[in-house]
Amino acid sequence: MSILIDENTRVVVQGITGGEGTFHTQRMQEYGTKVVAGVTPGKGGQTHLDVPVYNTVAEAVEKEGANASAIFVPAFFAGDAIMEAADAGIKVIVCITEGIPTFDMIKVKQFLNGKDCNLIGPNTPGIISPGKCKIGIMPGHIHTPGSIGIISRSGTLTYEAVDQVSQQGYGQSTAIGIGGDPIVGLNFVDLLQYFKEDKDTEAVILIGEIGGTAEEDAAEYVKNEFSKPVVSFIAGQTAPPGRRMGHAGAIIAGGKGTAKEKMKALEEAGVYVAKSPAEIGQKVKEALE
Amino acid sequence: MKIHEYQAKQILSRYGVQIPQGEVADKPSKAREIAEKIGSKVVLKAQVHAGGRGKGGGIKLANSPPEAEKIAQEMIGMTLVTHQTGPEGKLVKRILVEEALDIAQELYVGIVIDRAKEAPVVMASSEGGVEIEKVAAETPELIFKEYIEPSTGFLSFQARKLAFKLGLEGETLKQAIKFILGLYKAFETTDASLAEINPLLITKQGNVLALDAKMNFDDNALRRHPDIMEMRDLDEEEPLEVEASKYDLNYIKLDGNVGCMVNGAGLAMATMDIIMHTGGMPANFLDVGGGVSEEAVKNAFKILVSDKDVKAALINIFGGIVRCDLVASGIVKAAKEIGLKIPMVVRLEGTNVEQGKKILEESGLAFYPASSMKEAAEKVVPLSKQGERE
Repeated sequence: MSILIDENTRVVVQGITGGEGTFHTQRMQEYGTKVVAGVTPGKGGQTHLDVPVYNTVAEAVEKEGANASAIFVPAFFAGDAIMEAADAGIKVIVCITEGIPTFDMIKVKQFLNGKDCNLIGPNTPGIISPGKCKIGIMPGHIHTPGSIGIISRSGTLTYEAVDQVSQQGYGQSTAIGIGGDPIVGLNFVDLLQYFKEDKDTEAVILIGEIGGTAEEDAAEYVKNEFSKPVVSFIAGQTAPPGRRMGHAGAIIAGGKGTAKEKMKALEEAGVYVAKSPAEIGQKVKEALE
Repeated sequence: MKIHEYQAKQILSRYGVQIPQGEVADKPSKAREIAEKIGSKVVLKAQVHAGGRGKGGGIKLANSPPEAEKIAQEMIGMTLVTHQTGPEGKLVKRILVEEALDIAQELYVGIVIDRAKEAPVVMASSEGGVEIEKVAAETPELIFKEYIEPSTGFLSFQARKLAFKLGLEGETLKQAIKFILGLYKAFETTDASLAEINPLLITKQGNVLALDAKMNFDDNALRRHPDIMEMRDLDEEEPLEVEASKYDLNYIKLDGNVGCMVNGAGLAMATMDIIMHTGGMPANFLDVGGGVSEEAVKNAFKILVSDKDVKAALINIFGGIVRCDLVASGIVKAAKEIGLKIPMVVRLEGTNVEQGKKILEESGLAFYPASSMKEAAEKVVPLSKQGERE
């Protein structure tokens, strides 16, 4: 009923003793996520929110069997935190931190190359398998267990989609924010591959935005490899070229990455494309009928 | 972040990139002094953050120092209109005075981050002096590319490959290799997002120089480059955007008349989109951040109402972790403090939405409530049109 994380996922929170780390660890615990350890270098041996704190991720893996991580460390240190988690053998790394320099992420991606781990984000609300596990900052209570997979480049717009889907009477198998930066971990295509194998996911919603070619790549994949219904909305149809629309990755550069091109590619791949953000729920209903 | 040509050249010259002899002038007498120092014909170049300056009259040749002063007199203080400035143009406050060089050949070198390959790419072309997008679209075979492995950096052989493909030889070839390596070093060290030399000049004597230079920087990395942060020219930016950036708000001024205040960049773009689908035009992009603090709401409110083009506004908040009642209190407080000068449609959704709506109703202020994005857009667009007629 879900991909990547479920009720058996054991989470270590990197940066657990900070303000953001503390607040969201509490929310995750309330949701029922198994937070088994925290990491703050220099604070090893303490207990925070009833969770043992370690100096390194490797210790958290060794002593508590952590297999997923949530990263809440400041931007200039977040790249290092991702690589530490990967080196310690963490399988699902969720980096919430916003504002990581692009060059840092280039190095991170090279480091992850060939390692058996999945990076989600950075600059993401995280990932949630409703009723089982939430790693991130999204409001847990708006989600319900069900059969729709959601992959999105944004945060609150994903909540909007979840809400519309719920109003149509559908729940979600897993909802993932891939992050709003130019360089992120798992992309639309990687996650579609997971949803393809998940027999309980009946349909997938792709929420894209201007900039880059991730949506075009997804369209290509859907056309050739993915037979479940796909619904999509692309934000930024009215965005002017050359301006960064909040997300570092949301920019139309050199005439490339427009919403129009992306919508066209998706339509040609047989995706149900919502022109208005208010139509996402309706399109899901259409796709499933 | 963008910087001026003269600033880009200052940075590049520190990394061994050859630039023409020259200096920046903010008054005509200074232009004359620089021209005298150079002692030959000079080129005067308006320093604004926009391309297409030549066609707009922002690049001129002076044969003597007095002529340089005369041209500078006309240029400094002029409003330069190019295809990139918009019809309102940009005020020229400084000009770069440079030695005029004998042009044998104009090439192109540029570095950007290739998002799909997740690596920097150095591009070179023999087709310099024109828009590289045009070359890429029409004759992509004339653009040569080398991708960079982050762990090794840009390697000498890669620079050599590019220089040979450009058809260079002898001393010019050597200079070009040094030039391209220096350009990459500057790009990497400064966390740039773009470094573009167009044209890269080969003089009749066979020397290689950056005739023009453009650099943009990764905003996320600026805090580790205070020297570059100081180069920011606030005069080149929209005043309301400068104001918004002081409060850490993501704000972009657009051409329409429906103001928007939204939490989250994706939802903010989607809100602009739905306004357009309903027949209106968004006046701005404004993301108050996922957290929607009271302070952020107040500052965003200020910016919305101080934009004279805004005839009606739409506040769209999806409260998830943030509670709608707190957001509603923030909106009411801001409206009372700043004044509700324009019709405002408020759509709240998420945690404690009912309490939030109640707070708005009981405030006695003339908010127009809406329960969905669609309803909100359908309310705000006619209001913006009424505002236009009045």
